[in-house]
Amino acid sequence: MEILVIVFLPLVAAIVAGLTNKAAPPVFAKAITTGALFVSAALSWPIFLSFVNGTAEPSVVPVLTWVQSGTLAFDWALRVDTLTAVMLVVINTVSALVHLYSWGYMEEDPDQPRFFAYLSLFTFAMLMLVTADNLVQMFFGWEGVGLASYLLIGFWFKKPSANAAAIKAFVVNRVGDLGFMLGIFGTYLVFDTVSISEILAAAPGMSGATIGFLGYTVYTMDVLCILLFIGAMGKSAQLGLHTWLPDAMEGPTPVSALIHAATMVTAGVFMVCRLSPMFETAPVALAMVTFIGAATCIFAATVGTTQWDIKRVIAYSTCSQLGYMFFAAGVGAYGAAMFHLFTHAFFKALLFLGAGSVIHAMHHEQDMRYYGNLRKHIPLTFWAMMAGTLAITGVGIYHLGAGFAGFWSKDAIIEVAYGRGTELGQFAFWMGVFAALLTSFYSWRLMFLTFWGKPRWADSEHIQHAVHGQHETPDEEHGDAAHEDVHPHEGTAGYHPHESPLTMLIPLGLLSIGAVFAGQLFAPTFLDDAAFWGSSIFYNAPLIDAMHAVPYWVKYSALIVMLIGLFVAWLAYVKDTSIPGKTAEQLGPIYRFLYNKWYFDELYHYLFVVPAFWLGRQFWKLGDIGMIDRFGPNGIAWVVEKGSVGARKFQTGYLYSYALVMLLGLVAAITWVLF
Amino acid sequence: MEFPILSLMLAVPLAGAIACLFLGAQSARMVALVATLIDLALGVVLWMNYDIGGAQWQFTERAEIFAGFSYALGIDGIALMLIMLSVFLMPICILASWEAIDKRVGEYMSAFLLMEVLMIGVFAAQDLFLFYIFFEAGLIPMYLIIGVWGGDNRIYASYKFFLYTLLGSVLMLIAMMWMVNESGTTDIPTLLNYDFSPAAQTWLWLAFFASFAVKMPMWPVHTWLPDAHVQAPTAGSVILAGVLLKLGGYGFIRFSLPMFPEASEQFAWLVYILSMVAVIYTSLVALVQNDMKKLIAYSSVAHMAIVTVGLFAFNVQGIEGAMMVMLGHGLVSGALFLCVGVIYDRLHTREIARYGGLSINMPKYALFFLLFTMASIGLPGTSNFIGEFLALAGIYKVSTLVTLVCTTGIILGAAYMLYLYRRVAFGEQKNADAAAMLDLNAREWAMLAPIAAAVLWMGVYPESFLAPMRQDIAALEARIARAAPDFDADNVIGTPRERHANFVEATHGSAHGEEGAH
Repeated sequence: MEILVIVFLPLVAAIVAGLTNKAAPPVFAKAITTGALFVSAALSWPIFLSFVNGTAEPSVVPVLTWVQSGTLAFDWALRVDTLTAVMLVVINTVSALVHLYSWGYMEEDPDQPRFFAYLSLFTFAMLMLVTADNLVQMFFGWEGVGLASYLLIGFWFKKPSANAAAIKAFVVNRVGDLGFMLGIFGTYLVFDTVSISEILAAAPGMSGATIGFLGYTVYTMDVLCILLFIGAMGKSAQLGLHTWLPDAMEGPTPVSALIHAATMVTAGVFMVCRLSPMFETAPVALAMVTFIGAATCIFAATVGTTQWDIKRVIAYSTCSQLGYMFFAAGVGAYGAAMFHLFTHAFFKALLFLGAGSVIHAMHHEQDMRYYGNLRKHIPLTFWAMMAGTLAITGVGIYHLGAGFAGFWSKDAIIEVAYGRGTELGQFAFWMGVFAALLTSFYSWRLMFLTFWGKPRWADSEHIQHAVHGQHETPDEEHGDAAHEDVHPHEGTAGYHPHESPLTMLIPLGLLSIGAVFAGQLFAPTFLDDAAFWGSSIFYNAPLIDAMHAVPYWVKYSALIVMLIGLFVAWLAYVKDTSIPGKTAEQLGPIYRFLYNKWYFDELYHYLFVVPAFWLGRQFWKLGDIGMIDRFGPNGIAWVVEKGSVGARKFQTGYLYSYALVMLLGLVAAITWVLF
Repeated sequence: MEFPILSLMLAVPLAGAIACLFLGAQSARMVALVATLIDLALGVVLWMNYDIGGAQWQFTERAEIFAGFSYALGIDGIALMLIMLSVFLMPICILASWEAIDKRVGEYMSAFLLMEVLMIGVFAAQDLFLFYIFFEAGLIPMYLIIGVWGGDNRIYASYKFFLYTLLGSVLMLIAMMWMVNESGTTDIPTLLNYDFSPAAQTWLWLAFFASFAVKMPMWPVHTWLPDAHVQAPTAGSVILAGVLLKLGGYGFIRFSLPMFPEASEQFAWLVYILSMVAVIYTSLVALVQNDMKKLIAYSSVAHMAIVTVGLFAFNVQGIEGAMMVMLGHGLVSGALFLCVGVIYDRLHTREIARYGGLSINMPKYALFFLLFTMASIGLPGTSNFIGEFLALAGIYKVSTLVTLVCTTGIILGAAYMLYLYRRVAFGEQKNADAAAMLDLNAREWAMLAPIAAAVLWMGVYPESFLAPMRQDIAALEARIARAAPDFDADNVIGTPRERHANFVEATHGSAHGEEGAH
């Protein structure tokens, strides 16, 4: 029963590390959590590979009774099938590497045990989510990762912005959870069970059913799937419920890599794939999935092109890539969605950890305006970021049958949207292609701003702080950059970025391997192998055939737009660096609209936050105090006091008189009944 | 006749209450602690010996007093769980008062022990008037606790508390007398199966509702609760939130639903509307509070609204969920008041803005506070999730609209609780005195750790708590099934579509399958 070890070892490690906290040296918590995760990861790969070979069978390991209430019964149980196995390797591999990376990245933090305990707790919750055999356990994992995300975003809890971001993440996710919960209730009502396998088996029989919802009669499966999808939208930061994800970058960078790129935010995609036989009975819901996915994909990409914070660019990129996964699922290519989830986990974690390495080197500066020329200073980080960028922009050539990870998965999604042959599929296709153009642009923009050009470090407060600090503590600087000549007039401010320690570079290296080869290696399995997926997702073989049969211009469209994006980015950020400023000036309103993230935050602030507080105050001051109390107890008191002088003797305010009246009343009442 | 364990559970704290009146401060504390611990032990014995699936009423005792009025005790699974909640919280309350109360300690402990007698009595009573006496007399010690040992504005708060609760009680008493006259018995188990005429039920239901709605408290008769909580000493708040608020829900389960099923169905809409208003209204009010206790008090009103909709869902999930919310809320809101008490004892203010950054100097406290905050939000794995989930699943079977509105409570609840937690535990340490506070001491550990364990136990393995109640709730559902309201989410099975949503004609054959990728 390796699965028990895989799932519960991180929990045990989290509890031990969390409870010992500062009682033991930090290395204890770090070793125990990282060790646990490496064990889990090592145990996960054989399971996954046995599914790839086709030698494994789906299984369910019961753990404990949970709830039995009438026919609503659900237990703790761990389900392992192909879909779970994919998630197991993604979660445990990335988590183990992020644990290792954090040894270096969090080296100077005084609260390391807490950090590592949270990371392991998160991993446990995520594993519970993907091994769930019923919807309620999935919800347990769902909320568990939400808790861990809340704690980790707010890890630096002294920062007001981190606290605000943490609350925002939790509350916005709760809006999605409202949908998820209603979806579970409705599913239970219709199927009389919350067991996923039983629901999926019974779903096709319900495809023509209608149900009442809020007074309307609608198709049962559509309303259930839409409700569940709202949950997925929250967790996966889809348009409308996406606002928390960019703010979540307040958390330490390893957290962004693990939770807000590779694993948690993909839970929504996982959920739709897990329930794919159910969604296939709900055409309206799937249309919504496709539309929201495509819209998010393009929305986030447009915003990503204008941001200056390196982590925010990658955050919007994540949001956009999740949109790809959703519209792939929406058009029925669940395997392709999962494949992109799989490759994305590697290259996006890589990009985030690479960004973390850059931030580490630049003394916590995150604004790309103050980067530049880092290629020569932190070459290993540069090459890792390069691998990630080549992967995310989808570099690869169809006729050679060779490409980086993102090429295989993203192109498959773009092609399948085209091959689906519906108008909505066309819409998703064009959105996907346009987003691929923007992806290429913002990814290369990030690379050029960070690694090319001249150093622009001098104006950074962080760097200035570091430089001034260095005069006092010269031992902080090592020989890494010693071969660099000092360029006094080139904006370095005398600062020497240093390459990250090995604990950070090893994860970067391993993830680079994933970003380069994961697509090539697993494309046939994920995309074309119906037997691999078995019954764990809905596998639509004719659709995959249609995907392969799309015209060549479709197959090359992603590569072409990638080259355009690369060229434009090179032009604007290497060749003539005055272009971006001029363009932004010319397109003022559009630029501001994008730069301010389509004003979603402002809109929600005035639409929800302000009215909620205003209403709360009105209800309190006018409702409770002004109406209920005034005309209720105080009013009665007033009437009694004014109206009845004789009764005043009883209104003494002394307890015994009240008690006496009550007692007398009671005696009188009993007497009256009895005699 | 078997051993009268219920009477013993009443006698022990009663004896302790009398003894405390005559003892000095320190010995009164010890006596109270020992008495409550004995009762807790007896409660455990009671639970262990409760025969799940056995007779509906167990540990029955009966002594005729006069003319039909009898001293009759006995419990079913529902009462058992609520008694366990009471005896579990009691020693913790005594510990919470250990240092905080330093004047009239004997009287205070005596009032608390009397409170325990009355709470156990109200859940164990099988005679209508005995129930009434316990139910109403419970007001007196609470009234004293608020009025004597409360905060600055304690007289107003206790007056409000008393006025509200008394008003409802008068109506209930009249209704009870009418019922006894009509049915000729004061025996609750007999009355549970007595069918009053629907016309009579209407008035009886409303009379009982007046009392239970205030106790619950339901909107708009909730305004006594924030004042009472704010003014009450910590332990008083714990008992108020932990047990006294459950009397209303218990009343609905024991009286309104089984005795007046038709009227319950008739007025279900009223309950739904008041509950929906309560969830939105009190959650938003909680959001803008500056006083920690007031915030938690308002959140209690919102949580209790989930109880009422669950009860009036007329199905097993709804009622079991309501019971679990009551138990879970009893633990969690009690624990939250203890958390407030811990820092109130150090800084003597409940104003949220005076704190901040407590995670730094009180990390253990922050951990407990976080756990109870998350439980209050209804995070799965904690007690409140089970209850809220089941209750809302139950009401979904009746009305999707009510479910939608009540489920927004999970969003608003997260907002106001996390906002509270942020202001107390996170952020910079703004005030030197708050930053100098010491972390939990051993006594506070002993208060919070057992509740934390129970909260997690109830969330991970609620079967221990559901199993004793299962048969009684099934019986209740069978009793009220005849009046169950119509569903609005009526699933009509139509002809399944032949094709799935993303159906694509298989025109290209399998030739492309050989190509590998793309």
